[in-house]
Amino acid sequence: MVRLMVDAPAAGSDESPVDAFLHGARPKDDMPQGAPSLRHAPGPYFGSYGGRWMPESLIAALDELEDTFEKAKADPEFTAQIAELNKNYSGRPSLLTEAKRFAEHAGGVRIFLKREDLNHTGSHKINNVLGQALLAKRMGKTRVIAETGAGQHGVASATAAALLGLECVVYMGAEDCRRQSLNVARMELLGATVIPVTNGSQTLKDAINEALRDWVANVDNTHYLLGTAAGAHPFPAMVRYFHEVIGEEARAQILAQTGRLPDAVCACIGGGSNAIGIFHGFLDDPSVKIYGFEAGGEGVETGRHAATITLGKPGVLHGARSYLMQDDDGQTIESHSISAGLDYPGVGPEHSYLADIGRVSYEPITDSEAMDAFRLLCRTEGIIPAIESAHALAGAIKVGQRLAAAGNDAGGAAAGAVSEKIVIVNLSGRGDKDVATAAEWFNLLDQDSPEAEIALEGEQL
Amino acid sequence: MSTEDTSAEGRVEGAPGGSVEGTPRTAQHASKSAAAIDRAKAQGRAALIGYLPAGYPSVEDTIAAGIALAENGADLIEIGIPYSDPVMDGQVIQAATTEALANGFHVAQVFDVVRGITSRTEAAVLVMTYWNPVLRMGVDEFSRRLADAGGAGLITPDLIPDEAAEWMAASDKYGLDRVFLVAPSSTPERMKRTVDASRGFVYAVSIMGVTGARASVSSAAKDVVAAAHAAGAERVCVGLGVSNAGHVREIAAYADGVIVGTALVAAIGEGGVDAVASLTKELSTGLTQEEA
Ligand SMILES: Cc1ncc(COP(=O)(O)O)c(C=O)c1O
Repeated sequence: MVRLMVDAPAAGSDESPVDAFLHGARPKDDMPQGAPSLRHAPGPYFGSYGGRWMPESLIAALDELEDTFEKAKADPEFTAQIAELNKNYSGRPSLLTEAKRFAEHAGGVRIFLKREDLNHTGSHKINNVLGQALLAKRMGKTRVIAETGAGQHGVASATAAALLGLECVVYMGAEDCRRQSLNVARMELLGATVIPVTNGSQTLKDAINEALRDWVANVDNTHYLLGTAAGAHPFPAMVRYFHEVIGEEARAQILAQTGRLPDAVCACIGGGSNAIGIFHGFLDDPSVKIYGFEAGGEGVETGRHAATITLGKPGVLHGARSYLMQDDDGQTIESHSISAGLDYPGVGPEHSYLADIGRVSYEPITDSEAMDAFRLLCRTEGIIPAIESAHALAGAIKVGQRLAAAGNDAGGAAAGAVSEKIVIVNLSGRGDKDVATAAEWFNLLDQDSPEAEIALEGEQL
Repeated sequence: MSTEDTSAEGRVEGAPGGSVEGTPRTAQHASKSAAAIDRAKAQGRAALIGYLPAGYPSVEDTIAAGIALAENGADLIEIGIPYSDPVMDGQVIQAATTEALANGFHVAQVFDVVRGITSRTEAAVLVMTYWNPVLRMGVDEFSRRLADAGGAGLITPDLIPDEAAEWMAASDKYGLDRVFLVAPSSTPERMKRTVDASRGFVYAVSIMGVTGARASVSSAAKDVVAAAHAAGAERVCVGLGVSNAGHVREIAAYADGVIVGTALVAAIGEGGVDAVASLTKELSTGLTQEEA
């Protein structure tokens, strides 16, 4: 497979070490000799995954999008626009914060948090929506549509649409609309129209189905702003491109702060966009172990989970061949997770490929493991994470403990080395949206208070 | 009989996992769909193609309604496999297939439906399916069982020729028709490629949209049919939004076949097999090709 090396979207132009790195000052000896690069995989295929399993009616629009995207990447004006928005609108580069007190619970390794929670709108999602909204403008489209589960991508899409003067329609499962009524209000404040989806299982996957139906009918003036690194080509490679900035920054920042590469990088996996964004920076660093944490829900043995790679089988859904939660008939199985952002029965195709070749390890994290890590970060670092991100934190605790155990096995002399081990966690979002769910989970609300009643429904306070 | 397949050697460059079993064709397979359309043509009319979702309201009803379709003027029958994520379907068909799934429909029952109809009628019976159920069973096994049941082939709304290497091989091996879709948005290059890959007929989507009854037939349909014919398609049938005899008459003037879905699904839902029979009779009055 031909892999083109292209420049990732760069952050600001100040000549800090981070910026110098982003402008291409990567030390040559960081590149492994001989091994083919896993970076910048262009699609449509990632191994046998990806592709375009889509109605013919939409192929012309996908071709137009691919063409616009390829030209934009090569256009300094576009990359400068992205860099400017990332810096002066989203607030990039996001910080890399060492979590010392949290790390004490992770076998004593050093843990660094990539602070996507500090971006405007509170998660990594903004990176992708700004890029795609700019592409929509380039294509002369006046309207964007999006799907959303809990509302994070919907809010981000509404934000980008407001900023760039585009009409915005968000499809959201009727049940999610009720549970996340505050996010519905947020989207409406930003000028978007939210359409509750009552078809099928009324969840995120049905919101995607409905958005695709809208797109087929309105493709002349409408761009489908897909929220994760899944879907038909060029979406997986394109969404990754807009999130590559996470990994580029993190790699430069860890080098600047510690002088070396991390031992492990951890991220949560919904469709896989925040994960592929940070992983990308380290794919060609063989010394860095990479971990993706899927939603194990109530436990993978219960059937109520969203551990697509762990337990799914390859299939096609929403335009791509990838791992998929499906029954023996090929019908999609409904996923379950305490985290709405991870509650999706599919996964981006590049992750399926990275799983098969063994470059990335994917493991499930249960609801209760995630909530324990959620509380731990709140109490040790003063940071309330998104419940999605808490899955990555729970995974990092396990990874840290394993690194420590391996270090101790290596004998007394190595004990000191444990504290030199470094794990980076992608803190993909902040947890303000999850306060009600967490308060209910930890029984923090007075039994008969109106808040308790609202939280029972999963609504936001 | 079949000529649209001559250039379709099943291998599409750029496709993944290209290691499909290379099964050289030992004999030219006659296309059942093409034969059914040509029989209609010989009578000076377009073919009528009726769609029913399998298992709605029951497998027995689908078989009975399929037979009623054939006995009242349908030349081809399209049996849909209910699927959890039907992105090309509007409300009526979604509601029907969701109900069929809730009633416990299983994919393998589609072969019972096909056999039930082909054993009792002369109509060509195609299966319309989203691709994942076929992948899950295995493309080769699905194709073998469909051929065993007397099926004519597959209509594949979310499979484009670019991804169809495995299906090209299996359809050749078992002599099945492969009906791909073309749309108002198809470029001339894609139109040609899709026509070349198809066998039996080409499914022209009348409108940029999903299934569902519409007040009038989109003017885009005629252009799509003309473009498909110009790209070399011998038989082009029009579907999406066709719901009454007036629509049928309009399309029969320029297309080789007319596909009716939502209206029939609504009929079986409201009035059962009898309603399917009377609607089919009514629709078939529009088939005679007149000057438009
Ligand atoms: C904060 C946060 N993290 C992670 C995700 C999961 O999405 P992805 O896997 O595409 O990063 C979401 C999705 O809503 C999210 O809001």
